[in-house]
Amino acid sequence: MAETMSGIPLDSSYGPGLQPGDYPFTRGLHPAGYRSRLWTMRMFAGFGTAADTNARFHALLQAGGTGLSTAFDMPTLMGRDSDHEWSQGEVGRAGVAVDTLADMEDLFAGIELDKVTTSMTINGPAAICMAMYVAVAEKGGVGRGRLGGTIQNDILKEYQAQKEYIFPPRPSVRLVTDLIRFTTAEMPRWHPVSISGYHIREAGSTAAQELAFTLANGFAYVEAAVAAGLEVDDFAPRLSFFFNAHSDFFEEIGKFRAARRIWATWMKDRYGAANPRSLMCRFHTQTAGVSLTAQQPENNIARVALQALSAVIGGTQSLHTDSYDEALALPTEKAARIALRTQQIVAHETGAASVVDPLGGAHFVEWMTDEIERQANEIFEHIDQQGVGSMLEGVYAGIDDGYFVGEIADAAYRFEREVNAGRRIIVGVNQFTENDDDEAALLSIGHETEKLQLKRLEQVRCDRDDTAVQASLAVLVEAAQQPDANLMPPIIDAVRTYASEGEIVAALESVFGTYVENAVV
Amino acid sequence: MDRPAGAFLAPDNRGSPIRVLLAKLGLDGHDRGLKVVARTLRDAGLEVIYLGLRQTADSIVAACEQEDADVVGLSMHNAGHLTLAPRMVQAVEKAGLGVPVVIGGIVPAADVPVLLNAGVAAVLGPGASAEEVVSAVTAAVGRRRTAPGTAAP
Repeated sequence: MAETMSGIPLDSSYGPGLQPGDYPFTRGLHPAGYRSRLWTMRMFAGFGTAADTNARFHALLQAGGTGLSTAFDMPTLMGRDSDHEWSQGEVGRAGVAVDTLADMEDLFAGIELDKVTTSMTINGPAAICMAMYVAVAEKGGVGRGRLGGTIQNDILKEYQAQKEYIFPPRPSVRLVTDLIRFTTAEMPRWHPVSISGYHIREAGSTAAQELAFTLANGFAYVEAAVAAGLEVDDFAPRLSFFFNAHSDFFEEIGKFRAARRIWATWMKDRYGAANPRSLMCRFHTQTAGVSLTAQQPENNIARVALQALSAVIGGTQSLHTDSYDEALALPTEKAARIALRTQQIVAHETGAASVVDPLGGAHFVEWMTDEIERQANEIFEHIDQQGVGSMLEGVYAGIDDGYFVGEIADAAYRFEREVNAGRRIIVGVNQFTENDDDEAALLSIGHETEKLQLKRLEQVRCDRDDTAVQASLAVLVEAAQQPDANLMPPIIDAVRTYASEGEIVAALESVFGTYVENAVV
Repeated sequence: MDRPAGAFLAPDNRGSPIRVLLAKLGLDGHDRGLKVVARTLRDAGLEVIYLGLRQTADSIVAACEQEDADVVGLSMHNAGHLTLAPRMVQAVEKAGLGVPVVIGGIVPAADVPVLLNAGVAAVLGPGASAEEVVSAVTAAVGRRRTAPGTAAP
């Protein structure tokens, strides 16, 4: 990899001045970039019952994978049991259904949890899922301290964009900081938050808004964790980010470079971090699902390839590439394979992994990096003012007054009008629309999963010791009423009695309340 | 407030614009599309009642009655449309509202005739233009006006 296809020898980076690995990391976190370690090709998967997804996990591990990434179904993400009224029709559809510890046991059956790393994409009930994972591991003889992985646990963006919230913002952020405190003390290999701009962008924001809202949320968690008694360098090295790779190639590269620079300078100057790892903006990237078109779906393969290339040139640590059929349904196996192959082509055929920050120093890219940073700074200023010098309070204020959802909806509508007026061309949608007659073969998920899962939940409720369940929930409610108590230990105790996710959520709702969005257009 | 020029009038000769009620059913939180549709319809002169997320068939029926809506628009991105949309149509019929239900979002082509047979008035897929959205909604209201036995009181 140290030479081009034609045999021209290559250094790991080029140009005078700031080098990759130098603070503030605009040009990358490591001097040798992908030469020292290629990005992780982490493909997100989950469907049906826990047993279905467990079989998929075993297949992935046998094929040489070392990392698992779990997609949960909507009821699980929303903290509702499979037999809740709202869950009908959604059990096991967009991910795997997890109601109780029994499902988590099935999900990871036969997997050595000290040998793999696991990513769990869940937010509102993150603490409950984390507790179940710990309980499963310890039941299998693996201490919590040996567990490695990531839980998304980024609740702030839920109020701004993805809308998978349960409790109001403040008690939700308490759960986030409880989890940060817990993993900092007891699970040194775990990443307790993945601060995510992906969903903000998907909901319609601009690139600069994606960056600024995400980093503002990151600053908010730092302030919350410090207020909960932690030192910034104790937990900041374990924070990570998750960005979108959209279609405007150079804008995206500027965004990734600006992200590293802003995070490093703020962590050092404003939050006084001293550990170099606290200053490093490590991020996962996913290509933009919202850019996929239902029309002429095979064209999406080209879109995904270009978006993936921008993420790699931007220096991402890991990458998920979307499947071409995802504007229509969950991906088929073939479509998911093409998406993975696309990453492998970028990694092994294009030469993009040979040289770090290959566009650094290009007038346009440097200007774009500065411009995105300038726009982000304007947003930070607004949030900081709203919070009277606290980014955490500023983010709460922006959630309360509809600032984030309003900005995002404005940007989404502006974009839609431009497409509608033909000022912005989307190939196959508003131009080059002939020959749009291909029907992609789609994945379809039957109703059997829901029936199986309901039966499973009924059985678990039947087999468990109800007195123990109720007692554990009562302890949890009492702890929730004490603002300084860490809720992780009582949640772990509750999941061990096979209390369901929905029951634990209901117990917490009895103290915290339920968040209802003020619906504005 | 003055009515915007070219407003689409409601079918009951009351001289006011069409009132369209927009909502998301169930747990699905994808509201980007529905918000764009809300602004599109509002800019076209319709009156938009935006209920937002986590609605049930019952909450939508109640809002329909309260707000005197002429048409219901639902957005679906969770692959639950074959379960949820017919249930919505039945709930509206059961309440005797005679209000058409229009669906937008991610609906595979094969499911469109199934939904239309179940009584859904129109299905708008991804990439539908602003004009298509406005005309589907107003046409659904217009058909209700002319359909025998469903004349407005």
